[in-house]
Amino acid sequence: MRWKRRHVLDTDDWTRDEIEGVLETTGAMIEVLSRPIRRAPPLRGRTVVLFFAEASTRTRVSFELAAKALSADVVNITASGSSVEKGESLYDTVRTLQALGGDVVVMRHSASGAPYFVAERTDAAVINAGDGWHAHPTQGLLDAYTLRGALGDLDGKRIVIVGDVLHSRVARSDINTLVPLGATVTLSGPPTLMPAPWRCGQPPRGVTYESDIDRALDGADAVIALRLQKERQEGGLLPSLREYTRVWGLTAARVERMRTGAPVMHPGPMNEGVEIDTAVAHGARSLVEKQVTNGVAVRMALLYLLVGTPSLEAAS
Amino acid sequence: MLASRLRAAIRANEGTDVPLGSLDITLYRDDLTRIGYAPIVHESALDFSVDGRVVVLVDDVLFTGRTIRAAMDALVDYGRPRAIRLAVLVDRGHRELPIRADFVGKNVPTKPTDDVRVHLAEVDGRDEVEVVAREAVAT
Repeated sequence: MRWKRRHVLDTDDWTRDEIEGVLETTGAMIEVLSRPIRRAPPLRGRTVVLFFAEASTRTRVSFELAAKALSADVVNITASGSSVEKGESLYDTVRTLQALGGDVVVMRHSASGAPYFVAERTDAAVINAGDGWHAHPTQGLLDAYTLRGALGDLDGKRIVIVGDVLHSRVARSDINTLVPLGATVTLSGPPTLMPAPWRCGQPPRGVTYESDIDRALDGADAVIALRLQKERQEGGLLPSLREYTRVWGLTAARVERMRTGAPVMHPGPMNEGVEIDTAVAHGARSLVEKQVTNGVAVRMALLYLLVGTPSLEAAS
Repeated sequence: MLASRLRAAIRANEGTDVPLGSLDITLYRDDLTRIGYAPIVHESALDFSVDGRVVVLVDDVLFTGRTIRAAMDALVDYGRPRAIRLAVLVDRGHRELPIRADFVGKNVPTKPTDDVRVHLAEVDGRDEVEVVAREAVAT
């Protein structure tokens, strides 16, 4: 694979070759993280700006650890306590980021498409760390890496994604990464929380909708539970959390319907006792902690590929 | 490949097995600017401690010395060897750093623009070292 991208905004147009290249690089980064000195020098003298306009702990910390493991300098800008709170427009924030001279901007924003706006207006490489309902590319890549570690080749494997797919950037990015690698995805969850065309016979390639979670799980190779945002209930999309848990919650009995030992994943943070039982969340099948560890390595791989080497223009 | 041959020779002569590992030095290179794109990083495999040991770096061709500099930087991230030695199949000269090999298969005088190609039976089906002048490569 010859890496050519300037930004990582969405994986919806990535080839299998590109995805595999990133996963291969991730494997090398896992090895770096296993060394007594968990640090390599390719981003020395580079600055990574973490611009999180929406709450996030694990993704931000994961990017920060990744940048530091490659010897980059890290600057944090969060919405609360910054001029974003004082009403600064996204455009003005971009101008400021540009003036600060960051080489990479990692950004999370509640508005779908915000990273595209920034990417068009800065010289820095932009990594989308989650934008609205749209995409969360690094989560999709780390889920693919984690599933490969557990299942081997994903060709012909069937992965179930359960929950609020409608509002989930994780579900979209998982689909965009897993399907090109040869897997099929079965979505399951309340019809009110599914994109209408997807549950009405027009899902994306490699994806099907199954309204009965037990049937979805029968013989599956793995399941990913999505976080249920509690405000969905207030919006009238759910009768009650109790009912959601009863009908869609991942219980030990449901998980047993999958193939023997089939793993359980969750992007976190988990609502234990709502979308996933505590026993399942921390049980033998759970790869939740593995996902967190692999997340750092995937982000290292992307940082290295984007700015681990100066661009040709800069070099000449 | 060369290192595993050396290991087999040590086993045959001394009856001892020395640990063998491999280093990918991509992340430590100083010439990434010249390449202009990010080469794929491969996994290093070093599943033993290097602390207090004598570690012999093995490479096929010693040229500018920059690869060895990178390899030494990578190696010390794994621990503190008692000593680092360098064994190469071919020393073609033109060093750009104060590095020399402790064990040399053959010194081969070259022009800086020549290509030195090493073929090993394990990969290419033959053992051969050829020096190719750049003009010939260009055609």
